[in-house]
Amino acid sequence: MTADATGTTETVLSVRGLKVDFTTPDGDVNAVKGIDLDVKPGETLAVVGESGSGKSQTMMGIMGLLANNGRVTGSAKYRGKELIGLPLKGLNEVRGVKITMIFQEPMTSLDPLYTIGRQIAEPLVHHKGMTFKQARVRVLELLKLVGIPEPERRINSYPHEMSGGQRQRVMIAMALANEPDLLIADEPTTALDVTIQAQILDLLRSLQQRFGMAVVLITHDLGIVKHFADRVVVMRRGEVVEKGTIKEIFEEPKEDYTKMLLASEPSGSKEPPADTAPIILEGRNVAVDFAIGGGFFFGSDKVFRAVDGVSVRLKRGQTIGIVGESGSGKSTLGRALLRLLPSTGHYHFGDKNISDFDRAAMRPLRKELQLVFQDPYGSLSPRQTVGEIITEGLRIHEPQLSRADRDKRAVAALKEVGLDPAARNRYPHEFSGGQRQRIAIARAMILKPKVVILDEPTSALDRSVQGQVIDLLRDLQEKHDLSYIFISHDLAVIKAMADYVIVMKNGKIVEEGPTEDIFEQPHQTYTKTLMAAAFDLE
Amino acid sequence: MFQFVLRRLASAVPTLFIVVTISFFLMRFAPGGPFNLERPLPPATMENLMRAYHLDQPLWNQYLQYLKNALTGDFGPSYIYKDNTIAELIGKGLPYSVQLGSYALLLALIGGVLVGTLAALRQNSFLDFLVMSVATTGVTVPNFVVGPVLTLIFALMLSWVPAGGWGDGSLKFLILPVITLALPQLAVFARLTRGSMIEALHADHIRTARAYGLPQRAVVITHAMRGALLPVVSYLAPCAAALLTGSAVVESIFTIPGVGRYFVLGAINRDYTLVMGTVVLVAIFVIVFNLVVDILYGLLDPRVRHD
Amino acid sequence: MTDLTDIPTTVIPPEESKGRSLFQLAVLRFRRNRAAMTGCVVLFLITIFSFFGPYFISHTYDQVFPSYVTAPPSLEPLPRAETLGDVMKGVADRARVELRDFAVEGNTFTATVHSDQPIDPRSTRYFDRANEFDNTQVTATEEDGRTLKLTGEVHREYFPFGTDANGRDMLARVMLGGQISLAVGFLASLVSLAVGVTYGAISGYIGGRVDNVMMRLVEILYSLPFVFLVVVLVVFFGRSFILIFLVIGAVEWLDMARIVRGQTLALKRREFIGAAQALGLTDWQIIRRHIIPNTIGPVIVFVTVVVPKVILLESFLSFLGLGVQAPLTSWGALISEGANKMQSAPWLLIFPAIFFVVTLFSLNFIGDGLRDALDPKDR
Repeated sequence: MTADATGTTETVLSVRGLKVDFTTPDGDVNAVKGIDLDVKPGETLAVVGESGSGKSQTMMGIMGLLANNGRVTGSAKYRGKELIGLPLKGLNEVRGVKITMIFQEPMTSLDPLYTIGRQIAEPLVHHKGMTFKQARVRVLELLKLVGIPEPERRINSYPHEMSGGQRQRVMIAMALANEPDLLIADEPTTALDVTIQAQILDLLRSLQQRFGMAVVLITHDLGIVKHFADRVVVMRRGEVVEKGTIKEIFEEPKEDYTKMLLASEPSGSKEPPADTAPIILEGRNVAVDFAIGGGFFFGSDKVFRAVDGVSVRLKRGQTIGIVGESGSGKSTLGRALLRLLPSTGHYHFGDKNISDFDRAAMRPLRKELQLVFQDPYGSLSPRQTVGEIITEGLRIHEPQLSRADRDKRAVAALKEVGLDPAARNRYPHEFSGGQRQRIAIARAMILKPKVVILDEPTSALDRSVQGQVIDLLRDLQEKHDLSYIFISHDLAVIKAMADYVIVMKNGKIVEEGPTEDIFEQPHQTYTKTLMAAAFDLE
Repeated sequence: MFQFVLRRLASAVPTLFIVVTISFFLMRFAPGGPFNLERPLPPATMENLMRAYHLDQPLWNQYLQYLKNALTGDFGPSYIYKDNTIAELIGKGLPYSVQLGSYALLLALIGGVLVGTLAALRQNSFLDFLVMSVATTGVTVPNFVVGPVLTLIFALMLSWVPAGGWGDGSLKFLILPVITLALPQLAVFARLTRGSMIEALHADHIRTARAYGLPQRAVVITHAMRGALLPVVSYLAPCAAALLTGSAVVESIFTIPGVGRYFVLGAINRDYTLVMGTVVLVAIFVIVFNLVVDILYGLLDPRVRHD
Repeated sequence: MTDLTDIPTTVIPPEESKGRSLFQLAVLRFRRNRAAMTGCVVLFLITIFSFFGPYFISHTYDQVFPSYVTAPPSLEPLPRAETLGDVMKGVADRARVELRDFAVEGNTFTATVHSDQPIDPRSTRYFDRANEFDNTQVTATEEDGRTLKLTGEVHREYFPFGTDANGRDMLARVMLGGQISLAVGFLASLVSLAVGVTYGAISGYIGGRVDNVMMRLVEILYSLPFVFLVVVLVVFFGRSFILIFLVIGAVEWLDMARIVRGQTLALKRREFIGAAQALGLTDWQIIRRHIIPNTIGPVIVFVTVVVPKVILLESFLSFLGLGVQAPLTSWGALISEGANKMQSAPWLLIFPAIFFVVTLFSLNFIGDGLRDALDPKDR
């Protein structure tokens, strides 16, 4: 192997014609179709793409971490040293020393059976020949560096005893242990709440400046890219669409796809309904308790108050956005308002007092009160056809309909959500995430409801698809005079969809008001932090 | 930890109570008794026997009496081995059975985990195929076939080892029974280890370990193996129960005077007290093993530590 | 993000208007698995052999052939020509006549017997009494009835699997054993399926206190030495076929209940159950339409594990002498009898053991194949 003279000095990682293929029972899948990219010392290169773009598989391929059915070909040189086809031993001289990685899922990326101290020490032990005892000092230093409080105590903690943000800090500590030349961060903040996200990114940036390493940031989130990277590579379907500096890409994108990505940040705003609009759904003093732990024979049941005395008033035609981080009780509140779980408080639907309605009494009202979920993969039963899924509600609420009538309604509903009616004979697993979310919306709309609770309906979707789903929801609202409660952690989406916002934390309302007021002049510190985390990144 | 053990032991009491109660009433409601022989006994003798064994008293009294005695470890006299109490018979047989069982457990565990791990690391190779075929055979061939076949080959044809008996308890007497007893469980352990090892090797944190360039040994043994052992450990309790069942067969085939053999004889001869005694003994074993498994599990997995 | 989410899923051609259900996909995958398909075919053949075979053979399972006790398996008919003479001699001795001449041609024999006294022609019944000879008739009387020429049919029997110590045809016995073993296996699995699925689904779906109590009960039952209880039950209540499979089924439902409960708990968290509740389905509609169809995969796989377990358990009972009662038999009973006479009459062990092991192997392969087909991970 001849050392590339320019390569050794000017690029840390040089990738040429890299291909990644997967052998599947249904034939080969070309995940990465021959891409080129370079990483220069000390810079941050963002690799951006939606799911299926091959951005993660590129890096996994270079690092020799593909699944068993994966194959990588082409060239990837670390400072002139070819990594593709290198035997494991040679590869292990680079991995964990010169190039390190952090992953998206801080939950599962650490071994649950060992203390974090031991796991951070492992790269030191195996590459630097230290003993675990010797490594301890360095581990404590690293923990301090990544901002873990009380490192002396936390060094003996297990991953399950830490929060998601802390675990990601542990991963970063592990990545820095051998002071690498290149850090590959694969969606490092996607699984985290916005405020934590901002902290982790700040940490990464300050550490990068301190150690002068290069960083490859793999992400789908353009907001992060703009804030964090020097150069950008945009990928789509295994190919590089466009490369350039931040300035070039964000200010003068050349390719349509890049433009589309940049434009797909949700835009627009919603006018509030007329003051005279009647209140359609109201919950006063809503409280929900969950029993946690507590043995059957021993100990009393402990109670966790997920929603604590919240009041919500939804007018006809209104969209209330409920914002909060994970564990704020926003989804629980949504289900409580629909009387889907045991809760206390006073509830009115239209002019009916439904506070004391049990499940049977609620059943006729279900037609009017519908729910759309976050996970387009989990919310459709995998064993029913799309037709069966969307007409199930009709069979309950309009049993007089004939089969043909139901089918007619299904066709209409699918057309309304922008799907080919032929879809009703197929099964959910044959559709993409965005299409599935449309099916889930069709299932709710076919009943002609008055109120729809949308629980993170766009969070699992790519940005470009997100925009389409938001447009669809807006159209439907206008057409059928619907009232929405839109639950999300994504402030950009809330800003575009809702005319009234409720900010929740720990089961309580922190702040509420018309969208414009909340976004322009937040009063509470927590709201300000949220806004800062979400929008300062851009 | 100590509290946890105490609590588990306390919860074993109702289980044992249920075992004793169920088996007592099943026995008494069942038609036929130990003295219903082919040639009926003279009524007077029958009456004497019934009185001697308190069978003439109301059922309720018999039950209470039995419970009371059982608490003190007294399971009464055997109906068939008239000169022995159940406690004596069990005391005589237990050392043999325990020795046999623990060797078999060790062999099955160590052999199975080793073989299963090898198969998992060479997934879909010839070695994998071979190991899995042998394991499937081990699971499917009943031990009352394996035992005689092994005896025929190694004892009768090759004369390497004795055909049966305990002798002085030395290794050569133990080899065949231990192998016969261990084989099906070894196969189960191998299959289990292979499956969980393959799954463990696909875990995200194994990817992390690889990404950090840890040597293969550390990836496989330190990280994958420990996680993969969790289901293996949980199988220890059912395995112990299966070994107890198996020991009934193996002890009969190799004429080893253990508890399993008493159970078989007791069952065939309707020796109520003997069967009851062995059932309670087995229940105690299973409960103890469950406890041991829970403790081991806690040691291996910090997420379920009991402190 | 896991490894695989970035891999694009196969794109569906838009013109295909009929989709493939997950079940159909699983069937496709299963059919591609050669070991599993072989297992299916073999199991099918063995079932046909066991249940329809008896209609094609002339012996019943309880028919005793005293002349052919522990006859080794052979494709030649029994008795062989060379032994027929000895048999005839024996018969002649019993009839107190002297055999002077004996010949076999095809399926008829001719014999000449002689005695010092005139022979009563009715003594031919001695000849008929032997299994080997039939329709013995006197064709000629010589020397004032002191010499008779006899002719009759030679009755030949085929024992391709040999006979057992009581002179019963092993082929018929193996077929019967198959019927009993397979029936016990499947019926007991059905019992455990019915009890386990209902119990597990109810416990998992209702949850809370009810779940707690129901699972506590399962836990207690788990620590009972069940195999021993089965033995106790069979000992005390007799050895009827129905009792055996009911008892085994009642023992094996615990695992099934746990599996179904686990599945149900996982399903309950899935959003499509929440969607069904939001649509206003009743609990029962949800269990029937959404829970049970989605637990079927693991349940089917588990059944293929239970069936061999049950067959083994039945064989264990047979080994203890507690299986079905003679003249009925099962593979387990045949094997345990065979194991005792392994040296002198190995075919008594070999034939039932082959069927037994091949059946269990097939079930294992089918189970593995189903698991791979229903849960397509890289295993």
